[in-house]
Amino acid sequence: MKFRAKIVDTACLNHFTRVSNMIAKLAKTCTLRISPDKLNFILSDKVANGGVSMWCELEQENFFSEFQMEGVSAENNEIYLELTSENLSRALKTAQNARALKIKLTNKHFPCLTVSIELLSVSNSSRVVTHDIPIRVIPRKLWKDLQEPTVPDADVSIYLPVLKTMKSIVEKMKNISNHLIIEANLNGELNLKIETELVCVTTHFKDLGNPPSASEDASQARNPEQMAEVRIDIRRLLQFLAGQQVNPTKAVCNIMSNKIVHFDLLHEDVSLQYFIPAFS
Amino acid sequence: MWKLVGGGTALSRWICPAQSFLAVFRSLAMVEKTVERCCISLNGRNSRLVVQLHCRYGVRKTHNLSFQECESLQAVFDPALCSHVLRAPARVLGEAVQPFPPTLAEVTLGIGSGRRVILRSYQEEEADRTVKAMVTEMSIGEEDFQQLQAQEGVAITFCLKEFRGLLTFAESANLSLSIHFDVPGRTCHLPRPAIFAIKDSLLDGHFVLATMSESDLRSPELHRLAPPLQAHSTPHLDDFANDDIDSYMIAMETTADIEGSRAVPSVSFSPGHQPPASPGPYSEDNDTEPSIEPGTPPPKKFRSLFFGSILAPAHSPPGPSPVLAEDSEGEG
Repeated sequence: MKFRAKIVDTACLNHFTRVSNMIAKLAKTCTLRISPDKLNFILSDKVANGGVSMWCELEQENFFSEFQMEGVSAENNEIYLELTSENLSRALKTAQNARALKIKLTNKHFPCLTVSIELLSVSNSSRVVTHDIPIRVIPRKLWKDLQEPTVPDADVSIYLPVLKTMKSIVEKMKNISNHLIIEANLNGELNLKIETELVCVTTHFKDLGNPPSASEDASQARNPEQMAEVRIDIRRLLQFLAGQQVNPTKAVCNIMSNKIVHFDLLHEDVSLQYFIPAFS
Repeated sequence: MWKLVGGGTALSRWICPAQSFLAVFRSLAMVEKTVERCCISLNGRNSRLVVQLHCRYGVRKTHNLSFQECESLQAVFDPALCSHVLRAPARVLGEAVQPFPPTLAEVTLGIGSGRRVILRSYQEEEADRTVKAMVTEMSIGEEDFQQLQAQEGVAITFCLKEFRGLLTFAESANLSLSIHFDVPGRTCHLPRPAIFAIKDSLLDGHFVLATMSESDLRSPELHRLAPPLQAHSTPHLDDFANDDIDSYMIAMETTADIEGSRAVPSVSFSPGHQPPASPGPYSEDNDTEPSIEPGTPPPKKFRSLFFGSILAPAHSPPGPSPVLAEDSEGEG
């Protein structure tokens, strides 16, 4: 099992750093899946996460100038590692003024992802920072729980408003209630609602637009005014929104009535899918 | 403006809480704008250190800080007796400690192969530690140092927080910092304090920090502190002969344990042993003449340091280091 990759381009390095910062905000511990073409950051839906799951995918050739990997075996040419997300983002923070960054799978006393950064230095000397991030190699028998989630047909698909706006609203709502209802219809309307004994607060977003539906029949049958809603834990939504430092290139929200809300984002060339189940 | 006024009483040592003294000068901007003169005097009768700020418009601010006389203590050290010394602008060292997490307690400083100066995060060994901490290492070329008199393989471990503190001070004054140290060797098994010295026309400062005791066993890992440099001084990072993850993987796959990472037979951790407890050998000693400022050692037991390798077997550490000065806080 081998993994070795290198980034030399500053823009790619900054982008990768932003991705890892986002992951660190979304999941304390996550799985890194390395395959010949892609890198995935995965959080599988466990009780510990409150049923939340995440699937983040990036094409390795958009970031790395060199990329070599050898999986567990020829038939299973993948590597699954578990790591503390914050370690990676902290390691990459040092790479702000880097000439080059190398990531390598090593076994120094314990299995590590070694991030090695060659810093630019005023004098012509070279300075190297090495971070050994402890990892846990995930055995093959557990891989089945870490596959790309299948997205069920959504009742409503809608484009999200500016995430920063959503975040500041949800932040205030968090002080009033633990649960939030997110509802949307095919008329480009999305509402965030909280209801308590004393007060109900709803924020309405209009004219958001709906992405073209996958199955024409379903969308035609559905009344465009009819809202599909999911009641979710407000902290999970807030955690998701807090992770988005930059407004994404594309942001879609898919609602499966009373079941799950699925956020499908695209940050330039990195895709992020985030699932929050209905509060039971 | 400073004017020295001699006193009649013999010089004695006393302690004043630093917080109180600093509070007088807290707002530097305001001090620079409004203060014309500052008079510092000792009022022996009331045991007060009097700091008088003569400000503009006839405003006079008088601060009476209490102090206590204490026994005269002096840390026993002599930079000239140390066999190794490094000197670099404080800025270089400040940049060197930046990648380390702010909460890290101790750092190891050593000379790696290729005469590179290595700083590495020090982790306390705890056999039952399930979540391992990230290890960070910073490697600086010899050319960044004004002086480097130390052999490859020597290393000391000291409190990073204290180091950061004195670096901030040295950086603000744009000074160079010299680090004088010794490592336990054949003649003396005891850990020697490290002396951090700064000097300019106005002041001469020595910060003495305790170091952790090191094992006599020089681990071969010591020489793998930094990968050997190639001609174009880009570290060649493929030299990880011991880092073959495949052998680890094979071992993991053959165990029936689902928690694969725990059941690897080839990696074993030396159990934490019980070193003798050593009461902080250096007490705090504040002095108006900034010549001696012993640093408080980290509040933990001294342990053997297996620099770079925890696969080496544990050796019982040498006897307790002599207490050179009792903790003055324990007395009256």
